[in-house]
Amino acid sequence: MTDNKKIGFFQSGTPWVWLNAGAVSISMIMVIGLLVLIAVRGLGHFWPKAIWQIEYAENGGITKLIGERAKTESVSARQLREAGVKHNFEEEFVERTLLKIGNRDVYGFDFRLTLSPLENSASLPQDLIVLERTEWGNFYGELVAIEENGVSVQTSMEDLWDELSPRVKRVDELRDRISKIEKSEIGAINFKMEKLRLQTRAMELAGRDEADEKAGMATKKAALDEDYEALKSRLDVLYAEIRRDAVTLHVMTGEEVSINLSKVVKATRPNAMSTLTKVGHYFGNLIDFVSDDPREANTEGGIFPAIFGTVMMVLLMSIIVTPFGVIAAIYLREYAKQGFVTRLVRISVNNLAGVPSIVYGVFGLGFFVYVLGGNIDQLFYPEALPSPTFGSGGLMWASLTLALLTVPVVIVATEEGLARIPRSVREGSLALGATKAETLWRIVIPMASPAMMTGLILAVARAAGEVAPLMLVGAVKLAPSLPLDMNAPFLHLERKFMHLGFHIYDVGFQSPNVEAARPLVYATALILVAVIILLNLTAIYIRNHLREKYRTLEQ
Amino acid sequence: MATPNISSDLFQNQPSRSIDQEDICITCEDFSLSYGTKQALFDINLKIPTNRATAFIGPSGCGKSTLLRCMNRMNDLIDGINISGQMKLHGQDINTRDVNVTELRQQVGMVFQKPNPFPKTIFENVAYGLRLQGITNRTEIEDRVEWSLVNSALWGEVGDRLQDNAFSLSGGQQQRLVIARAIAVRPQVLLLDEPASALDPISTLKIEELIAELKSQYTVVIVTHNMQQAARVSDYTAFLYLGKLIEFGPTNVLFTAPGERQTEDYITGRYG
Repeated sequence: MTDNKKIGFFQSGTPWVWLNAGAVSISMIMVIGLLVLIAVRGLGHFWPKAIWQIEYAENGGITKLIGERAKTESVSARQLREAGVKHNFEEEFVERTLLKIGNRDVYGFDFRLTLSPLENSASLPQDLIVLERTEWGNFYGELVAIEENGVSVQTSMEDLWDELSPRVKRVDELRDRISKIEKSEIGAINFKMEKLRLQTRAMELAGRDEADEKAGMATKKAALDEDYEALKSRLDVLYAEIRRDAVTLHVMTGEEVSINLSKVVKATRPNAMSTLTKVGHYFGNLIDFVSDDPREANTEGGIFPAIFGTVMMVLLMSIIVTPFGVIAAIYLREYAKQGFVTRLVRISVNNLAGVPSIVYGVFGLGFFVYVLGGNIDQLFYPEALPSPTFGSGGLMWASLTLALLTVPVVIVATEEGLARIPRSVREGSLALGATKAETLWRIVIPMASPAMMTGLILAVARAAGEVAPLMLVGAVKLAPSLPLDMNAPFLHLERKFMHLGFHIYDVGFQSPNVEAARPLVYATALILVAVIILLNLTAIYIRNHLREKYRTLEQ
Repeated sequence: MATPNISSDLFQNQPSRSIDQEDICITCEDFSLSYGTKQALFDINLKIPTNRATAFIGPSGCGKSTLLRCMNRMNDLIDGINISGQMKLHGQDINTRDVNVTELRQQVGMVFQKPNPFPKTIFENVAYGLRLQGITNRTEIEDRVEWSLVNSALWGEVGDRLQDNAFSLSGGQQQRLVIARAIAVRPQVLLLDEPASALDPISTLKIEELIAELKSQYTVVIVTHNMQQAARVSDYTAFLYLGKLIEFGPTNVLFTAPGERQTEDYITGRYG
């Protein structure tokens, strides 16, 4: 009786259903857990954090500490003793806090540890301010005075903060103007100068020595120099302007430190903010993060060039990989005689998808960069040698390498799509007097286009997340300029670029200030995931549209 | 001779005529076909008259569809096919090297068992063959699309929604659309491979009425499993069995007085 029941239970299929549901749940939990972890750690970074003022018992006296609580953990007292900390705590566990005290230029380090039993008091004074600076990281302190042209601004202590905000804003506007002149206008002049230099060099290499030409170039150069001088003097004025104000702050060690406002990006008083103001600052910080250039070896500022580089590279890769993959698949499925050789090719293509990506990176470096790029330089850019143009990693080689990496995916997906087109539809077209090519072009390929998009979606997902090969063929820690700008020919395929994946690695493991950069790793990872999702959603939208359009009998 | 399931009033409209009095469109002479080592057609000798409906009947696998597909060389697409003998269209062998297959298929249109519209609008489905011929004049295309849809008895149903997707039509409408698509290129011959077998009785009736209309302008060759359908729509009928042509003649003669024992057995339902 019991035996029969048992068999009945297994035969009913219930355990299978549970097993399958369990597998699905575990996968879902893992994916959601991953996203939530990245989102919480990454997005939390932009919230204006409270600045604590702590009276700390240390070296037999009381020290005043000012800073953000970055991380708090529970440590056993015994462990501390073993680690060499002399104490006589009664508790078995104490709270250990990693305090971000900032002011690296003053103290030499911007983090320190505190133990909860030694904190005599902790408060959140309203008037503590945080300065986000262009260098040396954050600055924490109390505002003491504001100076304009070296003269202290006369105002009551209460009004000092109100005096500061507009000045920071002014500096911000000036900085924008300076960077606009430096980046676009002087950048354009430099670009033209470099072109002129290359022209001169090309003339020398060709052995031509024509006075007219030389004179023309000299005039052009003189004109450019003149433009440059004009811009330079405008810049000098702006630089003088931006250096006008300075603030003096009282830091936790009791010193007074003067900081020129030209180095300040943002000034906030988080302890005095209402929740609503904090929300406002939060989104402001988030927008700055995705739209600004990085500062201080990527540990501060934004990641805009990395987002731009990633999207650009993925788009370029898509443009390269789609026609290649589709044409190869059409040949394999529609024209090639199905036999041993086609089978061999198909197996090879499938296996190509399993080759580790770094191998593609090595190939890209060895073949694209050195062989192709080197020869292109010899043939078309001899005047720039010995500095390479295409002969070093760049956007084009990175896109090509990734296209090679993802072409098997597109081929397989397209082939499957072609195989699914019903024979009856092809025969219908042929019976009307269409040739095979016409049938392919007018009927089969449009009907297989959703499958091609599926291939492209998979390719994009793989390429956008790839880092290892990019390190060899063109992704860099900091690219001096974007691959797309206003200087002809606008798209600079030879330029190196920044990439979110590489940025994560760089910030997380190669940065001088790992503690400060850690939240940025999560935030950048989140942005990378968001970029990939966005790219994929676009492709999925297009695919669904195509599917709807070419819906057939079976569906 | 008794023909229990075919009533003789089916043949009222069909004049009894001999094949020798007809104008011949397609001629098979000792036509044989084999897939690899398996022979599918054995020495078929057949004359298909112009502007008449000719039906091929026979049990499944007897080779009637294969023979039909040879008439516009659709079998070219299948690997490992060998043919011998001749298949002539107006006296010219269609299997020689200098015959342009696409031109042949424009002259000999084909409609398949399952409706196979393209995933395009109704208009574009019918215009497809015209565009292939390089016709770009919009009014000419519109005229011919309308003409085709009128002649395939579909205009009344779809005339006001030509820009809808062809898959929005019912099965019977799709099959008539496919016929419209085939006649739009003005073929001489229309090959119908069991055109109504996937349709409901009302749609089947409409298709049969349409075939009756079409045969005044086209040479219609129809493969069917349904003997009543063959009796209703065709002027001539060929009975194939195991790859051999057993009997061919005017439909009313074949059904009322079959000359062969096998034919009689088949049409009286003793096998097949």
